[in-house]
Amino acid sequence: MCVAVPSKIVEIDGDTATVEVTGTRSHARLDLIEDAEVGDYVLVHAGFAITTIDAEEAEETLALMTEVGLI
Amino acid sequence: MSGARERIIAEARGLAEQVCAVADRPATLAHQFARYGLGQMLPPQVELLSGPGCPVCVTSAGEIDAALALARLPEVTIATFGDMVRVPGSDSTLAHERARGADVRVMLSPMEAVELAEKTDRQVVLLGVGFETTAPGVAVAVAEAKRRGLSNFTVLCTHKRLMPALEALMAAEDVAIDGLLAPGHVSTVIGWGAYRDFVARHHVPCVVAGFEPHEMLRAILALVRQLAEGRAQVENAYPGAVTERGNLKALAAIDRVFEPTDAEWRGLGIIPAGGMKLRAAYADLDATKRFGISIEEGREDPRCRCGEVLRGALRPPECGAFGRACTPAHPLGPCMVSSEGACAAAYKYGGAG
Ligand code: SF4
Repeated sequence: MCVAVPSKIVEIDGDTATVEVTGTRSHARLDLIEDAEVGDYVLVHAGFAITTIDAEEAEETLALMTEVGLI
Repeated sequence: MSGARERIIAEARGLAEQVCAVADRPATLAHQFARYGLGQMLPPQVELLSGPGCPVCVTSAGEIDAALALARLPEVTIATFGDMVRVPGSDSTLAHERARGADVRVMLSPMEAVELAEKTDRQVVLLGVGFETTAPGVAVAVAEAKRRGLSNFTVLCTHKRLMPALEALMAAEDVAIDGLLAPGHVSTVIGWGAYRDFVARHHVPCVVAGFEPHEMLRAILALVRQLAEGRAQVENAYPGAVTERGNLKALAAIDRVFEPTDAEWRGLGIIPAGGMKLRAAYADLDATKRFGISIEEGREDPRCRCGEVLRGALRPPECGAFGRACTPAHPLGPCMVSSEGACAAAYKYGGAG
């Protein structure tokens, strides 16, 4: 429930986004964040995006997680 | 392993030699630490303790009992996050009730419970569990159910508020905390500014930490540095995700639907303003009111020492039941149930948890 991986928004349909983590897609509601755009990274918590994350930071995290075999 | 990470560790080691630091961290971090063996990399002066940061773990037995009572009603369908299903109440779990015929459904999002209520004639009860991270999503779901005029949707609200619990932790006599690693996810919502008052009053340094190894090490380094220099400030070591004022939209969602109330936390007892309840405008969506049940004091397994684990007063392997009467397959307490729990992490990855 808590440990979130940065998810990339690949599509937005109203209040709902399709997000992607290393090729796996799921849905996240966007009600709780401002001005999300396709290409942004978000942290998703229990089905809701709760924050956008700095893209550089997100990419660094994803690279590290891939490097140590977590994702 | 990246060079940045090694540099951070080396620097943390160097600084830590000057200090004897005890740091607190939420259980999710406990899990991550055990998972990466980070605890063993740190110098012995830096001792990392679990805190009450796992939402499933701090849910009291009495709150689970209320969920169980609802699950036993023939007209009720329980909608819950997965971890809750196996958390023991006084004498049963939702998983047991499901095996006996109760309708218990696991969801990934509270909105699924709203959609479910729309499609069924059954009474859908959403278990509202967690801190300021999950509460906004549940608030959106509650407001949406109200807007749609659903007459078969209610919430059992056991949401918790982080700051009052930190106060209670500082008051606990069996724990001494030199510094606080604040949980990144809750902080994205409440903002790092929320810790400022706390830090000033208790003169205890506080660093907001992310959840990945390099992010945690960065936060530990900042904390150790503060201790070495005798400073007590709020620092944000998760700047890409956490702002000073937090997520205003999420805070507004919470405030619209919930108000603070006294609540029982496992391990910390009743904490003034430590929980959330539905505001009067949403009272008709309150499961305790609709079904006439109340949240009473529950009974925890006397062998289980989760309370002390959650206060950082006991390391999981020091519990007599750890790995014997209590395993992830047969958990006695919530800390062994949740994948975020300190006991489950210690069991799976070894170390002090
Ligand atoms: S090991 Fe099991 S019984 Fe002991 S504190 Fe942890 S969850 Fe409770």
